[in-house]
This record gives sequence, structure tokens and C-alpha cells, in this order.
Amino acid sequence: MTFINYASREINCKIVYYGPGLGGKTTNLQYIYDSTAAQAKGKLISLATETDRTLFFDFLPLDLGTVRGFKTRFHLYTVPGQVFYDASRKLILKGVDGVVFVADSQRERMDANIESLYNLEQNLKQHGYDLLKVPYVLQLNKRDLPNVIAASDLKSELVRKDEPVFEGVANRGIGVFDTLKAVAKQVLLELRKNGGG
Amino acid sequence: MTTPVVLYEQEYEQLKQVITRLCADANAKFVFLVDKNGQQIAAHGEMLNLDTTSLASLTAGNVAATDGLAHLIGERGFPVLSHEGERDNIHISIVASRVILVVIFDERSSLGLVRLRVKRATAEMNMIFAAIDSKINRERDMGISLDSPFAEITEEDIDALFN
Repeated sequence: MTFINYASREINCKIVYYGPGLGGKTTNLQYIYDSTAAQAKGKLISLATETDRTLFFDFLPLDLGTVRGFKTRFHLYTVPGQVFYDASRKLILKGVDGVVFVADSQRERMDANIESLYNLEQNLKQHGYDLLKVPYVLQLNKRDLPNVIAASDLKSELVRKDEPVFEGVANRGIGVFDTLKAVAKQVLLELRKNGGG
Repeated sequence: MTTPVVLYEQEYEQLKQVITRLCADANAKFVFLVDKNGQQIAAHGEMLNLDTTSLASLTAGNVAATDGLAHLIGERGFPVLSHEGERDNIHISIVASRVILVVIFDERSSLGLVRLRVKRATAEMNMIFAAIDSKINRERDMGISLDSPFAEITEEDIDALFN
């Protein structure tokens, strides 16, 4: 839920990266963190297991600059992708303003993509959101691997509406900022539609 | 999508006064208000180098996880959480059902004193949040739209953010 602070002239929005385990959600955040100027970012927090699997969430606050005199800050979160962490995923979606679904393009992960997308729809519903109305971007990640499904086939399975779709290689930064920009744009345009209040 | 949370200057100043007083009365090091989604509302205290943005998001995560635990065992929630460290302690409580009040204190204070002072401050803040709600409802009923910075935003403005 967007938070508009008229006293400090700040606006804060929450974006959640969703998707199957080991799909590259944390890698997206890590790349954004590594390639953003120090003054525009906060600390990247990872609540992860000893083997670097996301346990609760990753969090990265990002200052994008000023729009109409208001400092615009995006809070980026990832969810744990592993199926059994569903209770945590549900908590993190609370108050979300925009969602990025990071799909794993590898053939053997197709079922995991479909299951995770269904899980996203269900968890959004429980918070009173409809995926068809929430600002949303689909990223087809890991396009550099040899065993990937054709992008057109992935799209026909995973596209839910007229969402922007980007092909990505998150560990090399390909598609990472295009994805972020597309979801941020939708969130801000949504604010305009709602009159900001 | 749900409507954004809005905080006006007048109520912000009132909240700031309450937490400033709470910090002094409870002999605390730092007092901090954050909404349940992890957005910082107001802060006061001596811990100058504290990363308040991270503190806000972790506090909200902590409260959300504890609420989840409560629901699992059939409780409505745990309205007060307390963490005790070697030097510093954290007292977390819920205000007006949707805002989290965090008090960080050391051996100059005690859990009993913090609890007592938090209770009084909570009553005051409940009234301020009720006033914000009725202000927003009143304006909505009268059809007054807020002076939004985003009503006129253009695609160029957004593109400029990423350049």
C-alpha cells in the first residue's frame, strides 16, 4: 500500500518479486543493488538460510529521485520461492503495490513456474487483490542457459493479461532494470489514476 | 488496489511530539513509529547512525511473522513483543491496530517503565490516528480530492526518474 507522507514530502511504494525457487529473484535485487549509486540505495537485507536460500525475504530500499517535489522511494522485496514457505510469502504480499514474476526459462522448471504463478494469484486473492488489476510485469529469466523453452511458449503459458514481458539474464543484469522500470511506471500511473489519495 | 496511506503535516507533528515525550519519559534511546507494511512514519532518539529503513522493514516482518504464529495457535495476535539483549532491548507494540511502536532502551530504563509510558502514549496516538481517519473520510464524503503530487504526473516524469 503506497504511503504518502506530506510532512516529509515522501512517497513509498512496495514492489514484490515473486516466482519459483532458484529462479533469480534475489539475483535481480543483488544486481540492482550492485549497480545503483550509494546515495540512492539503502542496505540490502537478506534473511537467508546458511546455504543462501531466501528464508523470509530480501529487502532493498531504492530512492528513484523526485517527482513533482516528492521524494520517490521504492521498497523492493523478494519472497522465498520454495513451496513450503507459503506462509511467509503470504505475509510479504501484504500491502503490495506492484508485482514482478521472475520465471525460470529452463524446461524442467516449467511446472514450478505454473505452480508459483497459481500460488501468487491465490495469495493475492487472500489479501483482496486481483492479479488482473495489480501493476504486474513478467520476466523470463535465465535466457542464456542451453535448455530453455522458447519465449513464445513460455508466454503462452504464463501471460495473464497485457503485462509487459522481458527476457532476462539476471546475473548479468540483462532485463533487470527494464523490468524494474516497467513495474515502477505502472505503480506510479496507478497512483495518478487513483488521484494519489 | 487499496487506497494509499496518507500522513498530513499537522498529525505528523502531533505524533512526533508524542514520541519525543515518550522517549524522554521512558528514558529510552530511540522511539520509532512504522506502519504494518514496513514504512517509517516518525522517529526520535539518540541513535544517530541507526539504519531506520531496515529497522522499519524488519520490524514489520517480525510483527507479521508473530501475528502468523498467533493465528496458528488460535490467538488474535500478540500485541506486545519484547526482545532482550546484552546492552539494548526492544519493546514493540501495536497502536490503532495498524501502526507499530518500537522503543529501544538500555539499562538506564526498565521494561516496567517502558510499558507504563507506552500505554499512555498509545492512548494519545490512538486519538491522532482516529483524527486522521475521520479527516480522510470527511474529505472523501465531501468529494474533496487530496492535493496529490501524482494527479498530474506524466510518462516523461517517470522516464526521467530512471535516467
